[in-house]
Order: sequence, then C-alpha cells, then structure tokens
Amino acid sequence: MSQYAVPEELKYTEEHEWIKVEGGLAVVGVTDFAQQQMGDVTYVDLPEAGRAVERMAELCVIESVKVAADVFSPLAGVVAEANAALGEHPELINQDCYGAGWLVKLKDYDASGLGELMDADAYAKFIERG
Amino acid sequence: MKTIFDMSRPGRRGVTFPPPLLPDACFQEACLAPELLREKPAELPEVAEIDVVRHFTNLSRQNFGVDVGPYPLGSCTMKYNPKFTEDIARLPGFAGLHPMLPQLRRGGLLAQGALEVLHEMEQLLCAITGMRAYTMQPLAGAHGELTGLMLMAAYHRHRGNHKSLVLVPDSAHGTNPASAAIAGYSVRTVPSRDGVMDFEAYRAMLGPEVAGVMMTNPNTLGLFEPDIKRISEAAHAVDALMYYDGANLNAILGIAKPADLGFDIVHLNLHKTFATPHGGGGPGSGPVGVVAKLEPFLPISRVARREDGTLFLDYDHAHSIGYVAPFYGNFGVVLKAYAYILALGGEGLKRVAEDAVLAANYLRARLAPQWRVAVDRMCMHEVVFSAADQAAQHGVTAMDVAKALIDFGFHPPTVYFPLVVKEAIMIEPTETESKENLDAIVEAMAFIAKKAQEDPAWLHAAPRGTPVGRLDEVRAARQPDLAQR
Repeated sequence: MSQYAVPEELKYTEEHEWIKVEGGLAVVGVTDFAQQQMGDVTYVDLPEAGRAVERMAELCVIESVKVAADVFSPLAGVVAEANAALGEHPELINQDCYGAGWLVKLKDYDASGLGELMDADAYAKFIERG
Repeated sequence: MKTIFDMSRPGRRGVTFPPPLLPDACFQEACLAPELLREKPAELPEVAEIDVVRHFTNLSRQNFGVDVGPYPLGSCTMKYNPKFTEDIARLPGFAGLHPMLPQLRRGGLLAQGALEVLHEMEQLLCAITGMRAYTMQPLAGAHGELTGLMLMAAYHRHRGNHKSLVLVPDSAHGTNPASAAIAGYSVRTVPSRDGVMDFEAYRAMLGPEVAGVMMTNPNTLGLFEPDIKRISEAAHAVDALMYYDGANLNAILGIAKPADLGFDIVHLNLHKTFATPHGGGGPGSGPVGVVAKLEPFLPISRVARREDGTLFLDYDHAHSIGYVAPFYGNFGVVLKAYAYILALGGEGLKRVAEDAVLAANYLRARLAPQWRVAVDRMCMHEVVFSAADQAAQHGVTAMDVAKALIDFGFHPPTVYFPLVVKEAIMIEPTETESKENLDAIVEAMAFIAKKAQEDPAWLHAAPRGTPVGRLDEVRAARQPDLAQR
C-alpha cells in the first residue's frame, strides 16, 4: 500500500498538483507526495486575485527547508482567490494539503484542460513508478 | 559565548585619540547639515583591543572553513585557495592603485601593470576555453549569467531575430532559469534521461523561438553530457546560442574547451575554478567569454593595445551592451586567479581536472557498497549519492547524514540538490584533498551507514560536537529573529 494519500475524488497532474471543481471554481493544491518530498514548508508566494494564467505558467512558489519549488497552473484561468491563511501558516500545506492547505482557486478556467488530468488511480501509479 | 555587546563597558577604549584639532562646533551645524547629524550617539560596543581580538578569534573557532577541514560541498567547487595569491593581491603597486587612474589623462601610463593583468587574463581565459574575447566586469557567477544573456539578446536584436525562449535542463543550477527570466526570456525545462539531457525531448522543444540553451557540462550530477555536439549543432541550426555555465569547469580544465563543444557564451567563476575565495569569503568574479560573432556586444570598457605597445581602455564599441559593473570588475579577484593560472601553468591546470575527477571517482567506488549512487557510472569532479534507501528503511535522511559528518570534522556535502535525485548527497572532494582525507570521508560515511541500520536516533541527534546542536531550521525560516537585541 502506498505511503502517500491520493483522494479518489480529485484530479492530478504530473507536477504533483491536485484539482477539484467546486461551485464553478477550480481549486488547486499540492499532493501529499509533493508535501512529503518538499519537507516543512516555510513560505508561500501567492498570486494576486485577478491575475490571468496560462496553462503550465508559474502560479506560485513554495519554499521549504529543502527547496524553492514553482507550482505550475494545471489549467488556464484567472485567479479568483489565493489561500491567505498560508501567509501566516505555511505549515497548513504539510498538515492538510488536500484541505486547509489549498493554494489557489481559479475562475473562468479552460474546462477542456480537465480532460488531460490524471484520475486518482493513474496518479497513484504515476508516483509508484517514481 | 558572550557577544561583543555583553563585553562592552562604558568608557573602555582600544585606541586613545589625541584631542581634536578642530573645535567641537566644526563637527556640528557649522560643517554638517543638521539632517546629517545623529540625534543620539551610535551604540557601539566599548571594548579594549584585546577584547576585539579575542572576540573575533573565538568566533572564527566556532566556524568551519576549508582552512579547518575538508569541504566537499558539491556543484560549487569549494577548493582550497593557495595563500601566495593573497601576497600577489597585496603588492602595493596593485593594492594601492586607484581605479580612476587609467581613466585620467595620461593616467593609463601609470596603470600599465594592472591593464596588462586584465589583458593577459583575457588571453589566458581564451586559451583555456577557446573563446575569442572576455569581459572581466561581472562580479559573480549569476551576474555573469545575466551579462551572457544580455549579450545573447543583443545578438538576436542585431540579427533581427524574434526569439523569446531559453531552454534549461532540469539538472541546472537555479540561477540559470532565474537569469534567463530576468533578461526577459521565458524558460522551458528540458528533462533528463539517465542523468543527462534527453536529446529527443530537447529536439522536440527546439524551434525558431529558442534564443539559447543554457548548460552546465559536466552537469550537476557530475556527468559529462555525451550528446553535447549534437545538442550544439541542433541549437545552431535554429540560430540559438549555446551558453556554458562554468560552475563545473574544474572537471575539464586543460582537457576540453567549451568552444570545441559548440558553446558561444561562457561564464567562469574565478572563485570556483581558479582558487579565489568563495562562499562568504568573496567577493566573486564571473568573467564572460564569447565567440567572434558576439565580440562586438561585450561590455565596455575593453582593454586594448596601441601601436606603441601600451594598453588603454577602449570605449569605442558602438554595439556594446554598455557597463555591467563599475570599472573593471573585482580586480583583486581577477589578479589572484591570474597568479593561480600562471603558477600552475597549462600542465598544472590539466592535473587539477585529472585529480579532481580521480578523487570523485575514488569516493564513488569506495562508497557505492553502502550508499546508492544516483547514476552509477564514471563521474567527473563530483558524485551524487542518494539516501533514499536509508530514508525508506530506517528513517535516516540526507539531512541526518550531513549533520553527522560535521562531528567527523567534515563540512556537510550539498544535500537535496540536484532536485532530480531523491535524498541527494552531492560530494565534490576537489583536487586538493589527499588520499588520507578521502579515506577518512569513506570511513565516516561507512560508520554513518552502519549507524543508520543500528541506531537511527543517534544520527537524528547529530551534530554533538558543535557549539550549538541541531538547529530548528523550520522555526528559523518561519520566525526569523535576526536582531541582536
């Protein structure tokens, strides 16, 4: 059994992000695998609301004790909201990456990009292969 | 340890000055504008000379440098700097020279020695790398990168090329994509395959919009890029320029020239390859060399020779990108590197590369039984191990290994880089460590591997012999408290 949590209901990218469509918005975060690899997160550089992003463009930067990692936008869209709580509490990404540690909500996103994302099974296999 | 502020006592002095010749009033409104005067005295520590000497000597004893023990920090060659170069840099004819002198009327004639150093250094670096011309101005490696990318942009502008993209392999130093982005380019990452650039993936990413390809060769896994000629030719076919990050030049000194590998722009780190101080001991120096087609764009001033044999600063280059730093770069650093190159000579520099590569391969072969080698084949000047097995089986991470090595008298190697290797431990022993010292590293690493199986907690608690134990790096990053008071 895998040591990484991969919730069934989410979509995933090869860059170790998860995506959930909720109330017309696409919520983006990093996976359990990503947060374990990065180690303790110390700082998150979040985008401003209203910024338009291309697919695979830099969405935000996560700094941990090991690395500064770019997070790429899994979909083209416009930033509706960034998770302000991460400013004071970047550790939420380690504690609850699929919940309170979400990063960004995208609006007006390109829904056609959703089809290219992995489902939980495919992503679990992807990280197994390493 | 007490801080120098703890030692302070009111009125205590290291030096007693004679009474001032000018009246007090002269130091007040009469001479200085009121906004320039302090409202209350500066809170400087008041101590005797011996307090200052002991304070800084004790601080240095708590520090670890290459003068104390081996410093096998990978990917940024941290080799020993021979002390004679300091003597050369302190020669009064150099140390006392004013940087404005060659810019004054006839002043250049009084600075011929310094200009000769800059001129000869340019020729030496051209001989080592096969480039046509160099600028000594950039003040560090990343500054050299930015300069190189500005040259790239100037070249494409001049040719009327419309290019927006720079390709960087995923094993690159983080400064490469950062420099490209600051120079205004978009960056795309080329994946690795078996530790080197994936040629097919690279070729698929190449197009007319590609301005350049930035590579470090050998790369940060300590591997020579075997496809480098094909990579260069494919880049040149779309009029993209090949950029050589000189971080790992130490491995090929006197053996291979970047120009022969197809590179058009090179930055060197004199503070890595040519044994000038590095890592807080700087300042650095990042000369940039180019092939003939890029020479018109080099920063001004350039050192040139008149018909009568004297040297002068030449500003007459219409296509130059201009200044990238004041004056002539970090002249003292260039001077030390010049002395180092002359002292070693061509054969000596070649031996640097051979011994550096030999030392890394010795460690690779000796440590392979206990530590998984990231890409297990002949390496160049550095070798990357992975603690992924130890992490999975015993919960001992690369960080634990690094901390434990401190107790054996070694500076920790680079950990968690390159990013393409999990639990990476990157060791670059350099040519200066003896076989006895390499064996001591092997023994320490073997001991740590055994401890990982038997007593992981012992490693989690390392280091023990340092003034402070394992620091809480998370808290230090999240709640930095940098103030003395």
